[in-house]
Amino acid sequence: MKKVLTLGLAAVMAVTLLAGCGGNDKEAGASGGGSPSASTGQPSDAGGKKRLAIIFKNTGNPYGEKQMEGFKKAVEENGDEAILKAPDQPTAEAQIQMIEELISQKVDAIAIAANDPDALQPALQKAMNAGIKVISLDSAVNAQSRITHVNQADPERIGRTLIQGVSEMIGGEGEIAILSATSQATNQNTWIEWMKKELEDPKYANIKLVKVAYGDDLRDKSVSETEALLKSYPNLKAIIAPTTVGIAAAGKVLTDKGLKDKVKLTGLGLPSEMAEYIESGVCPWMYLWNPIDVGYLAGYTAEALVKGEITGAVGEKFTAGTLGEKEIVADGDGTQVMLGDPFKFDSGNIAEWKEVY
Amino acid sequence: MEPRVLTSKKPFTLKGFFLQWEWMLVLLFVAVIVMNVNLSDYFWDYNNLRDATMSFLDKAFIVLPMVFIIILADIDISVGSIVALSSVIMADLYAHGVPMELALIVCLAVGTLCGYINGLLIVKFKELSSVIVTLSTMIIYRGIAYILLKDQSVGKFPKWFNYLGWGYVGSIPFILIAFAVFAVLFGILLHKTTFGRKVYAIGSNPTASRYSGVQVDRIKIIVFTLAGLMSAVTALFLTSRMGSTRPNIATGYELDVIAMVVLGGISTAGGKGRMIGAILAVFLIGYLRYGLGLINISAQTLLIVIGLLLIFAVSVPKLKWKGTGAKGKAV
Repeated sequence: MKKVLTLGLAAVMAVTLLAGCGGNDKEAGASGGGSPSASTGQPSDAGGKKRLAIIFKNTGNPYGEKQMEGFKKAVEENGDEAILKAPDQPTAEAQIQMIEELISQKVDAIAIAANDPDALQPALQKAMNAGIKVISLDSAVNAQSRITHVNQADPERIGRTLIQGVSEMIGGEGEIAILSATSQATNQNTWIEWMKKELEDPKYANIKLVKVAYGDDLRDKSVSETEALLKSYPNLKAIIAPTTVGIAAAGKVLTDKGLKDKVKLTGLGLPSEMAEYIESGVCPWMYLWNPIDVGYLAGYTAEALVKGEITGAVGEKFTAGTLGEKEIVADGDGTQVMLGDPFKFDSGNIAEWKEVY
Repeated sequence: MEPRVLTSKKPFTLKGFFLQWEWMLVLLFVAVIVMNVNLSDYFWDYNNLRDATMSFLDKAFIVLPMVFIIILADIDISVGSIVALSSVIMADLYAHGVPMELALIVCLAVGTLCGYINGLLIVKFKELSSVIVTLSTMIIYRGIAYILLKDQSVGKFPKWFNYLGWGYVGSIPFILIAFAVFAVLFGILLHKTTFGRKVYAIGSNPTASRYSGVQVDRIKIIVFTLAGLMSAVTALFLTSRMGSTRPNIATGYELDVIAMVVLGGISTAGGKGRMIGAILAVFLIGYLRYGLGLINISAQTLLIVIGLLLIFAVSVPKLKWKGTGAKGKAV
């Protein structure tokens, strides 16, 4: 029995030790350095350092990591503390749990890239009732769940530009498909809406959208969905993937299958991941914006709310660090702040941007 | 004549009493609390501790019948899919104009039916182990959910539905009270009724039980039906917590539930374990996750911690632990 008791106590010690070690690794998959500036579980002193948190859709997403990086930079420029969280699965349930944990820690603000526009409403409303400033970024929550939304670019421009681009790539006729992320992601659905609207224009009469597939922003699922598209639609001329994980996966599949000239690829991609596919011609050009800037803008928006400089109403202006002055505009029955226009990456400029992000 | 000594009931010793698995769980629980208090100032706060239960208790309802299933030396990995299907059918009906109260009852009925089908299949096809049967139904049930809702989500339930997952009775969360009630009911069923004793008997030795007149088939069907019903209860609370539902909710719930049951000292070999162990395990894992979340530990590290805890739970009894029930059985 002594053996058992010792083992029991050893296990208890192990659990404590692990949590202690794990406790130093507080960044959720972001800049994996040993900087101790993340949350220490201690309350912020009144009037002292504020604590602003960001929750992304899932871990292991380089785009998300860049956003969290930008957020952290903005918050630390204001002398406050940033808390970075992301669930290991892209689900709403996991994000609800994280929101609860942040409410318990009495943070000052939460910025969230949502896995579902409506499922987080009860949790976020509880946060707002507790005095926490809630904003969404990248993937929005509904207007009742947030104070304002930080949008990277006008979704109408993103949707329309992608269709215009693909039409040019395939010579105005043929079958196209969309490889999206998760089916509930707000940003994805808004862009797809605008793509469909653009397709209603008579000049695209010969282009047919045959399918919207969902890769869930997971690499393996995106790969299998791409392969399924290629199998089910042998006459497919182009794939639009408005998700960095999806476009990278599709790029690999098309390259491996040698379909470079048969099926064109475009969408929203990270230059660092897509450089080889743009250089090889599998993806003639694509678009994005700087995710670091999106996070950075979200950080400053959250700071402005916490400091009381703005309340989230239309027309209010505030300074977002190096991004300059930003204004709050209307968005459906809510409000939003915009970063700017989508940026085109092609063989001409990919070399300079692939080092940046 | 010499009084017969029943060898299954060991004489009470203080040492025997305290060396039970459940006391080890209590020790672990205290250790977890102490660790969490040291890691974060926000942990030892009545409101936070109370609200934390609302996050982890939704799947706890399934733990209760799963204890029975594992004591039977069976397993049910379709519970997550039953949660999804019951929730999706409820939401779909509501979206098509059925009053929410009725949809709620249909949710429970769907779950019960799914569980009943599981039981029926397992009992009719004795050559197939329960893991194979529930593996198939796991895929089928979730598949039906996907056919119904495709990849969409349905929400906008009436305001009163929120109360299930977010409401309080006085200052105690409703979900905690509901769980307590069910826990007591299932505990009594397991430990204080002949039904419960028969479940232990079947788990220890199904052949001997059958030849002793225990209606093994009937009991198995009842137990799996209960698992289906409690999965539907979880569906109610989970859907209320999220305010909306879609076909891929509760993915992986079966693993969490089984982890809690196994940690509770219920051996997968059958015939052993107590309800209080599983309940302790629910709170142990729940507060461990919550406390580590308060210091914003990464999601991956959390998975490692839970995994190690499970390995410990499974390996210690192998070292001649004086547990309750069948002695010397390998886990």
